[in-house]
Amino acid sequence: MKRLVVLGAGTAGTIVVNKLRHRLPDAEWSITIVDQDDTHHYQPGYLFVPFGHYSPDELVKSRKRFLPDGVDLVIAGIDRVEPDANTVHLEDGRSLEYDQLIIATGVNARPDQTEGMTGSQWRKSVFDFYTLEGAAALGGRLADWEGGRLVVHIVEMPIKCPVAPLEFSFLADAYFSGRRIRDKVDITYVTPLDGAFTKPVAAKHLGGMLADRHIALETDFMVDRIDNDTKTLISMDEREIPFDLLVTVPLNMGAEFVAKSGLGNELNCVPVDKHTFLSKKHDNIFAIGDAADIPTSKAGSVAHFSMELFPDNFVEHINGRPMTGAFDGHANCFIETGHGKGMLLDFNYETEPLPGKYPIPGVGPFSLLKETHENHWGKLAFRWMYWNVLLPGHPTPIPSAMSMAGKHE
Amino acid sequence: MTVTTIGGHDVHVDAEGFLTEYDEWDEGLGAELAAAIGVEMTDEHWAVIRFLREDYQAQGETPTLRRVTTVGGVPTKQLFVLFPKKPAKKMAYIAGLPKPVGCV
Repeated sequence: MKRLVVLGAGTAGTIVVNKLRHRLPDAEWSITIVDQDDTHHYQPGYLFVPFGHYSPDELVKSRKRFLPDGVDLVIAGIDRVEPDANTVHLEDGRSLEYDQLIIATGVNARPDQTEGMTGSQWRKSVFDFYTLEGAAALGGRLADWEGGRLVVHIVEMPIKCPVAPLEFSFLADAYFSGRRIRDKVDITYVTPLDGAFTKPVAAKHLGGMLADRHIALETDFMVDRIDNDTKTLISMDEREIPFDLLVTVPLNMGAEFVAKSGLGNELNCVPVDKHTFLSKKHDNIFAIGDAADIPTSKAGSVAHFSMELFPDNFVEHINGRPMTGAFDGHANCFIETGHGKGMLLDFNYETEPLPGKYPIPGVGPFSLLKETHENHWGKLAFRWMYWNVLLPGHPTPIPSAMSMAGKHE
Repeated sequence: MTVTTIGGHDVHVDAEGFLTEYDEWDEGLGAELAAAIGVEMTDEHWAVIRFLREDYQAQGETPTLRRVTTVGGVPTKQLFVLFPKKPAKKMAYIAGLPKPVGCV
């Protein structure tokens, strides 16, 4: 009996076991998936929690519920992987041997990595929305906030869902307008990038949307520290941005066990081939989803598109054949822009987001790089798709490889 | 991709002027590139540029600021002193390497 061990039962890990179980004969392969708890969070929902659109319990379900028969779920923290012994050591002292290992432990927000972030103002006037607790705490603060200087901030790229802080800014603008206190709120968007987004065409559109909403943009800002006494964000080159309310996206890092096992880069992500996800160091270790170091968005859409071709590649690999599928880096992101509208980006390793219609060229129903009501409804409908279609690994009507049809410069 | 002449050398560059051929670079050219963006090179600057060159050769991609700090051992704050305002871009430009991958 051969053993496949999957670390992490989030988006990528859950999809992969659903797709692999029926490709690997029960008599030949066991599949074990490890996670530290049995709560699967719908992370795209965090964005809406501060504005009261979702209650936290709508975003959390049992992990077990989404795993197929024939997959063992082990609930335990992961201490380390010993690649030379093909063994995973768990924090409770147990160990799991594997023939093939798939790392799918994602990345997490690490406020402890920025000086002063978890100081006296943490969750008083300094918040994040990359955890459910953070998003809920921020919701409590926003509800009775009377206005002042709101600073929306990104510590460093890459982050999960790179558009989320922009969406937060757009939704905040709409939210304060709705409460009729928009004139009492100054919003500043602070980013380490040299524009609102990295890709030029999208950066121009999104930068224009910030300006339209009177949201100031501060670029090339690498935070050095947060001064809790003066409530100031201070950069490496000593620029200072005072705030009354700071909504920050902390550094996103892969799991600690990845570093401890010697498998990670400086952000604890696993260096892999960007087309196949095979580790650059070990021929029986893969890293999928956000845990990998591939140069595209850390996003559920990437996990989903990449898992369309990974299972066949994996079967080829374990049978000693070359992997024939090559992931193109396809990502798409629904961007909430406030007032019941949304926008959609679609891109890959080679091609930046461009305007057009999606997924059917010329028809849509979604519009790329343009604000429409349809895009907003697409985003809301996606939560149902996520639980009912994506995680179980069912086929979707959307092609996994990016297409240029229906797009224009 | 176009060919341009910098300090008497013919080199291939992308639309933003970053060199596209690793082997067309030498330290003389690096000094010209630095002068073009107003950076006066010292031994400390050169140590950083040499790290970028070596790391690129080993890894196949331009190191991020974080990597220059954690692996190269130069505090990020100091990189902002050496290459003001946009250190990641300026270092790559002087070192004749591709612009760091825009993290999407």
